[in-house]
Amino acid sequence: MQQRLFLSGNEAIALGVKLSRPHVIAAYPITPQTVAVERLAEMMQSGDLDAEYLHVESEHSALSAMMGASAVGARTFTATSSQGLIYMAECLHYASGGRFPIVMMNANRALALPWSIYGDQRDSLSLLDCGWIQVYAEDAQESLDLVIQAYRIAEDKRVLTPVMINLDGFVLTHTYEPVLVPDQVEVDSFLPSYDNPYAMNLDNPKNVGFSSTPQDTMEFKYQQHAAMLDAKDIIREVDAAFGTCLGRRYGGLVSNYWTEDADCILITLGSIAGTVRTVVDELRDHGFRAGLCRIRYMRPFPEDEIAELARPGRAIGVLEKDISFGFEGTVFTNVNSALMKAGMQVPVLNFIAGLGGRSISRGDIREAFTDLEKARTGESVRNVRFVNLGVAT
Amino acid sequence: MIKPTIQPYKRPCAISEYPVGPSFKAGHLVSGNSNYRTSRPVISDAACIGCLFCYAACPDGAIFRNEKKVRVDYDFCKGCGICARECKVGAIAMVKEE
Amino acid sequence: MKTDHGIRIPDLTNDEYFFGHKACGGCGGSLAVRLSLKVLGPRTFAVLPAGCMSAVGFIFPQMAFAINAMISTFPGTASMLSGIAAGAKALGLKDYAVVGFAGDGGTADIGLQALSGAIDRNDRIIYICYDNEAYMNTGIQKSGLTPLGARTTTTPAGSKGTGSRTVKKNMFEIVAAHGISYAATASVGFIPDLLRKVNKAKQTTGTSYIHVFAPCPTGWEYEPSATLQISRLAVASGLWYLAEYENDGFSLNHDPGEFIPLRDYLSAQGRFKHLGEDEINVIERNRDEKWKKIRRDWKHEERTSQWQFG
Repeated sequence: MQQRLFLSGNEAIALGVKLSRPHVIAAYPITPQTVAVERLAEMMQSGDLDAEYLHVESEHSALSAMMGASAVGARTFTATSSQGLIYMAECLHYASGGRFPIVMMNANRALALPWSIYGDQRDSLSLLDCGWIQVYAEDAQESLDLVIQAYRIAEDKRVLTPVMINLDGFVLTHTYEPVLVPDQVEVDSFLPSYDNPYAMNLDNPKNVGFSSTPQDTMEFKYQQHAAMLDAKDIIREVDAAFGTCLGRRYGGLVSNYWTEDADCILITLGSIAGTVRTVVDELRDHGFRAGLCRIRYMRPFPEDEIAELARPGRAIGVLEKDISFGFEGTVFTNVNSALMKAGMQVPVLNFIAGLGGRSISRGDIREAFTDLEKARTGESVRNVRFVNLGVAT
Repeated sequence: MIKPTIQPYKRPCAISEYPVGPSFKAGHLVSGNSNYRTSRPVISDAACIGCLFCYAACPDGAIFRNEKKVRVDYDFCKGCGICARECKVGAIAMVKEE
Repeated sequence: MKTDHGIRIPDLTNDEYFFGHKACGGCGGSLAVRLSLKVLGPRTFAVLPAGCMSAVGFIFPQMAFAINAMISTFPGTASMLSGIAAGAKALGLKDYAVVGFAGDGGTADIGLQALSGAIDRNDRIIYICYDNEAYMNTGIQKSGLTPLGARTTTTPAGSKGTGSRTVKKNMFEIVAAHGISYAATASVGFIPDLLRKVNKAKQTTGTSYIHVFAPCPTGWEYEPSATLQISRLAVASGLWYLAEYENDGFSLNHDPGEFIPLRDYLSAQGRFKHLGEDEINVIERNRDEKWKKIRRDWKHEERTSQWQFG
């Protein structure tokens, strides 16, 4: 019987972790992730959670420690945000190349300079190449469910790749919603125990994390890339199985809303999708065929799902909380590449919004759809636009 | 006895033959180190008192115990000469390789 | 009466846990690793960061470690050790050791933060620093443990400079200041002493640290066969001391009495060849000041004879 609780995104993550029975947790605090590791500490104290909890002295050490624990066969968890995520950047590549199925929550937050504790997605989006599976949660319910799914995906022997679960800082990490919490029995039947044949083992010793020469490194990297591509099917399988066992499905790599007959589709990530959905409904009421595609997994990238969105006479927009300085938004780059490879030629516009916690209103989103409609009908529109910039440029 | 040994090794021919990890069997060797040396230690059994100090002092573990004396594993000896210098009864001589 | 953790050389296992590696001939660091692992045994998880020992021990497909071993990130040796200890504990594993072997750079410089954190947590891990007094693996660059006056590629000497202008960070006392469960200095020139200390670390509940003086023929510029001899000269000249730290404080294991002339140690290595009278006097003064404090403040339990039989 699933309990209905009023939880913030951070609290939902903490409960998801508890239900997944991790062996080792590493914690280094950084706003706005702190509540997640605090709740886990409370569960440890009360005996609700039976795990080793390491108070590490930096984020780099948090992930180094989790790799050690994962390498001996333990299920591990850590959480971080922005500066911490970038500080552990070396370890991110290390963990993915090392094929350690670690699950980590990242609270999306702006990167210094200037300093900002508020949310945007530059931290994780600037690290798309590090080899981690990256998924973006929309709400607290999905956050909790994703933890459980992430372990099953990461630990699948065909995948063996770490997973980063991204929650928008403050907007999702600290906002409260009703969440259905599965019971331990349900989760135990869904999530098998961690069993890695490549782990260090006292009866069958291994040498792990070795170096390789130009003769072999490309093959190791190809192997890693192939596993990430294979993960797409496993992600879809796990989403379907979760639906069957625990009652909720999210649509696989993307979650589409009214895209089948849409004239203008807005692609986005994370919690802003909720606002976009509201605007889509409003516009539809007025006879305008709007649609939303929420990308859940940025890596592996849902190339096929994105290519399917393109149809002659349609316009596509990408609303994202990041900018790759000197060029365009990273999600936009990824989407354009998928469309181009599939031979799809439709107008695509990029909306850079929400940097450093700048709010995104329904008005901003309506304006984005207006721009898309202009582009769709052949009017010239700037293809990379900063939304809601308070001053003239 | 536990000790890394040279194993027959066939290079992987397919991605599926590559270790996943990178994690590999411990103690798997494919080559020795005899090509390092220009001279080799030669131990006189008669002079050797079996103190085992050379066995302890060899950074490569290339000297091993043989009953009450010691032997050199010439596949792995690098010819550094520590054993010859440390032997307090002068039972080891460094002899130039041909 | 204190338990003696001494191990006699004939009682060492015949197993070789670090064998077939590609270190230079005469490498002090590899001897430290080989001997330590003989004491710790086959049920050991070893972690090595970037550095000589990992570079020579794990080049696919040549795996020189017969036990479970893993390369860590350069700064992360101690945190990876903590992670392994936590994972092994959570999985209910029994009867195992968790040991790290890091160089001086990986310990005193880039690895210092993680080491400090690990000692603070007092996880049951053994951290062994093999000190060859420079970043040797990358080609002999100065580290925080390069001694005063030493030539390295980033502290050139002779017509180009004077060698290193800083003294060694005192890692032994830095870890002791954390109140670590057990710490010791050791040397590859004093094998029974090293074996005893590794064995003691093995029995320690909580974190232990052993700092091993490990000469490098390539970087220090001497004939490879002299590695143990150079180590003994360092101790005899007072530039390296053998000591331990435990709850009750510091104790010196060996007092050489009257020191041999510094020149005997310095002139045996090419990296000090450029040193003049003035520089050597500074080194001597530093040594004397330190030994005055050691002889005044530390307990002295003479444990190490010249000829290594403990």
